[in-house]
Amino acid sequence: MSAQESTLVLSPPAALGGSFARLGAIFLHALRRGGALAAFFLLWELAPRLGWVDAAFLPPFSQVLATAWKLLSNGQLTQHFAASLGRSAAGFALAIVAAIPLGLAIGRYRLFAQAVNPLLEMFRNTAALALLPVFILFLGIGETSKVAIVFYGCFWPILLNTITAVATVDPLLVKSARTMGLSPVRLFRKVILPASVPTIFVGVRLAGAMSVLILIAAEMVGAKSGLGYLIIYSQYNFQVPEMFLGIVCITVVGLFINFLLVALERRLTAWNTHRSET
Amino acid sequence: MTVKLSLQNVRKTFRSRHADEAFVALDDVTLDVEDGEFMVVVGPSGCGKTTLLDLLAGLTRPTGGQILLDGKPVAGPSLDRGVVFQQYALFPWLTAQGNVEFGLEAKGAPSAERRETARRFLGLVGLAGFESHHPHELSGGMKQRVAIARSLAYDPEVLLMDEPFAALDAQTRETLQCELLRIWRVSGKTIVFITHGIDEAVFLGQRVAVMSSRPGRVERVIDIPPEFKAGEDIRAHPEFGRLRHEIWRLLHEDGERAREDERDARRLAVAA
Repeated sequence: MSAQESTLVLSPPAALGGSFARLGAIFLHALRRGGALAAFFLLWELAPRLGWVDAAFLPPFSQVLATAWKLLSNGQLTQHFAASLGRSAAGFALAIVAAIPLGLAIGRYRLFAQAVNPLLEMFRNTAALALLPVFILFLGIGETSKVAIVFYGCFWPILLNTITAVATVDPLLVKSARTMGLSPVRLFRKVILPASVPTIFVGVRLAGAMSVLILIAAEMVGAKSGLGYLIIYSQYNFQVPEMFLGIVCITVVGLFINFLLVALERRLTAWNTHRSET
Repeated sequence: MTVKLSLQNVRKTFRSRHADEAFVALDDVTLDVEDGEFMVVVGPSGCGKTTLLDLLAGLTRPTGGQILLDGKPVAGPSLDRGVVFQQYALFPWLTAQGNVEFGLEAKGAPSAERRETARRFLGLVGLAGFESHHPHELSGGMKQRVAIARSLAYDPEVLLMDEPFAALDAQTRETLQCELLRIWRVSGKTIVFITHGIDEAVFLGQRVAVMSSRPGRVERVIDIPPEFKAGEDIRAHPEFGRLRHEIWRLLHEDGERAREDERDARRLAVAA
């Protein structure tokens, strides 16, 4: 969509002054893509400075950036960042490793899937954060409880999507492969598994978003490091710029994870056109 | 001529959920297909065409009677029969080349040979240069060409085709019908082609087995004389029209009878 529009802008003066028009087009493109963002940060900068909001509660964006520099140079920010990323990556990765094979196994045996489905529905609808006190009770406030709760939150979307993926593979593809005399094992490996990848990935992306959300909440409740801890600790001590810095950092982490997953999904499921269309 | 594929008193019933008695999909189907023959099976919808194909492919077992391939009973799906489906059934994550290689891999061919054979058969169906395209980049007609290449590539004894051109537009269908006849002449394969199109049946078949519905039976096998097929626009030939009408009449009578049966059944149900 946006690429089409920019070529429209580019095409008329292509012969004469082409580079000039191109610069203009790039500017327009940047404006369209980043205009709203720029306006948002500008408002954030100006509102406290012009006295529209109390600067003690909402410091100008430049002050948040200055704080970022300060915490970066004394190593604090890196430490919190690393703690958070490490936990969410560990929980997320463990969930992928555990949930996909289990989901494949459950999805393959329909009777078993039917039998465990009510149980799975119940677990899925038990909000992970509601279980946070239980996790802390059993596993303490160290790393284990945080990784475990992220694992728990990520596990269900991946598991349920994997089960659905296997159960909803186009029966005609299975039939077609069966006519070629494929053994059940080969049929699974060569047809059911690749056909399931797009739907499994829907679960993985859901879990990616989930991992950040749950981790931050967990760090706010019981932790001694991490971005969630940074936010809540700064708030207690009325270090408002630090608090906002923590919030901005979480957004960056979320964007980064989503970017990675989208890129990976493109690579794995380039053949699946209707997904990119919707 | 030797018999390639022989159906002997084949019967297939399904247990129905509502009625007490089993539903009879095919009843006493007997048909011999000769080696290298192009046999078309034509019938109204609901006459058990797909059931017949599943049986021939070995996906299901007949309730009674037997199906012999080269004199040996069909025991299950195997690479000695290739199936082409109406909806192509290509694997969307594989390229055209990959799809054709799929069956060869199942057959256990070494990879260099697979590549070479797949290229050759894509060429045979007129898709040279499209090897690295994914199915979603191909038109319906091209997808069906890939599917035909896939089934031919692993060199089955019999090619089974289940209404392969029904989902295509008229123009593409006609082109592919001609292409199929060419491929059949080149490859010398035995083909069993299932369709509900009468024109298609007369155009393609050497013999046409006309089925009746409820229960599915082979009503009559009609020879299509090869002489008139030598001409240019054979659909315009008077003989084409005569054969077409003959098959139409058989199907039409059957349809009338089926409707009457249904009326009787409804009247009985109302009375009871």
